[in-house]
Amino acid sequence: MIAFLIKRLMHAILVMFVISVLAFAIQDNLGDPVQQMVGQSVPESEREAIRERLGLNDPFIVQYARFAKNAVQGDFGDSYFYREPALEVIARHLPATLELVFAATLIIVLFSVPIGVYSAIKPRSPISRFFMGASIIGISIPVFLTAILLIQIFAIGITITLFPESTSWGAWLNGLLSTEGNMPSFGRGYDLVHVVGHWDTNLATWNGLQHLVLPAISLASIMLPLFIRLIRAEMMEVLQSEYVKYARAKGISMRRVYFVHALKNTMLPVITVGGVQIGTMVAYTILTETVFQWPGMGLMFLDAINRADIPLIVTYLMIVGVIFVVTNTIVDLIYGFVNPTVKLTGKPA
Amino acid sequence: MALLEVSQLDVRFALRQGEVRALRDVNFTLERGERLGIVGESGAGKSVAAFSLLNLIAKPGFIAGGSIKFEGQTLNTMSERGLRKIRGNRISMIFQDPMMTLNPVLSIGEQMVECLKAHRRISTKEARAIALDKLQQVQIPSPETRLDQYPHELSGGMRQRIIIAIALLLDPDIIIADEPTTALDVTIQAEIMALLLELCEQHNVGLILITHDLGVVSQVTQRMLVMYAGRVIEQGLTREIINDPQHPYTQGLINALPQMATPGEKLNQIRGSMPSLSNLPSGCAFHPRCDFINRADGQPRPACTQQVPEFVESGNCRVACHMVAEMLEDRRLKEETQ
Repeated sequence: MIAFLIKRLMHAILVMFVISVLAFAIQDNLGDPVQQMVGQSVPESEREAIRERLGLNDPFIVQYARFAKNAVQGDFGDSYFYREPALEVIARHLPATLELVFAATLIIVLFSVPIGVYSAIKPRSPISRFFMGASIIGISIPVFLTAILLIQIFAIGITITLFPESTSWGAWLNGLLSTEGNMPSFGRGYDLVHVVGHWDTNLATWNGLQHLVLPAISLASIMLPLFIRLIRAEMMEVLQSEYVKYARAKGISMRRVYFVHALKNTMLPVITVGGVQIGTMVAYTILTETVFQWPGMGLMFLDAINRADIPLIVTYLMIVGVIFVVTNTIVDLIYGFVNPTVKLTGKPA
Repeated sequence: MALLEVSQLDVRFALRQGEVRALRDVNFTLERGERLGIVGESGAGKSVAAFSLLNLIAKPGFIAGGSIKFEGQTLNTMSERGLRKIRGNRISMIFQDPMMTLNPVLSIGEQMVECLKAHRRISTKEARAIALDKLQQVQIPSPETRLDQYPHELSGGMRQRIIIAIALLLDPDIIIADEPTTALDVTIQAEIMALLLELCEQHNVGLILITHDLGVVSQVTQRMLVMYAGRVIEQGLTREIINDPQHPYTQGLINALPQMATPGEKLNQIRGSMPSLSNLPSGCAFHPRCDFINRADGQPRPACTQQVPEFVESGNCRVACHMVAEMLEDRRLKEETQ
């Protein structure tokens, strides 16, 4: 167990090293950070001085060595724009993103398992067919389009006049299909509760939760259909297995056959994929946060790219790399816990 | 009244290209403590027969007709709820491949306890005590530790012992064993079979043994059915059928046993292979492979290719064969004229 965690720590360090080299290598193509910092009116000589001071004129190797030396000591450099340590900037934005990812994950888990299981048990029912069709649509629509649609329907509101308003049934149907559009679609709201450090939470107040709903749904919109389909496919395969037949032959209730015998085996590959996808979702937040102006890491990262804020970009990429490694490690631990045939390195048999 | 009475069982599979009749006109009975063998090549319908008894055939298969009566209750029309009370409780099953039968993510103890709890109102502690007792009966070394182990930690032979233990958990009236030793190592096969036989005798449990091993059938069972292409073609006392098979197919099967071959010669075999159920030959399904299709005068018997043979009584056996029917008829005529 300890050996396993140490091995994963080495992975994390390796990932951070590779990412930092790659991120550094592309910095010349991101534009001139000095131009972004000082604007048009500053003379060239002064710009040159700033460049010299920031060490931007040094060769790549020298710059990277300087960065690496500081990074080992926990100093990832100062953001050009915020003029404070990049890690500090990220720490300020991280909680918002993590809460968003958490909420989206919650939506995915709560919906994908029951829908996936149901449509595997009753693949021919109209409800299953509806969900399968809807999931194809869900997978095909890009996140930002889903986000804009959600804003239109739930934040702005739509008025349907498809049916004759003069008749009572027409008015009723129109009213049924129209939406009021009273959901917030911008930022995290005013009612955040401070928890600890940089962490203010959306999860503690009604207003906070309301602000979280639309971004979380749009972030979940890509992964949810994927997981429904994955769970359905896995479950259908497991239901064909001998041990499920055998469980039925033992006279066990179908509920137990489905939710203990079949689901536990279904979840094994789902957990593996899920781990990777949670990491990917952190990356998807760039789109969602931009549309909803959610003040998290994704939005910050996009701004950093526009400003050629290299220390911030590099630090962000490294942090995301670490998040990937950490989530995968947690997933492997859970997997080892669920699947008795897997033994983690070092764990006594 | 027999413990189990199967009459005119008819199982079909509704496939896209039409209905396929996987089983037809299957009739047999099983008395308490009796052992019945069902033999035939792969695809003859043995497993379908086994699974249909407890209405466990997967879709698109379904029981289209006939009846399965257990203690007077008709199982094939019974509700799923009622059937569940019989499955694993009064009639339990042993599957073919012990490597696939146990759920890999549940411990042996869990898989035994859940079965007990599904049928009896008992505490986990009591259930574990019963499970332990059954594990001892199947002679597993250190049974206490097995309860907390997972299937992958055990060998194939041990797993099949556990499955036998699970089959005996609720002291059933009948065990249906679908090729219980086929997937095992040859050295273990005899051991497992002997254990199963011993426990069935000890507890007076009826056994329906599905196998293609005629040796095992002759040692273990009192009566047997021989199946071909979804039909029973010969049934009766095991001893009589093994010693004096009537149907050409049964004769072929027994001739194909390695011990029937002359040393140094090729093994005997039945030429051709089992027809597909969706495309059965006309008349007797066995006629394209039959060596006795010609009459004494050298002409092929028209009935063989045109008519599905009916059962005829021959001694204590029932045989579905035109040739046998003809011989019996000739003999009867001869006796009458004398």
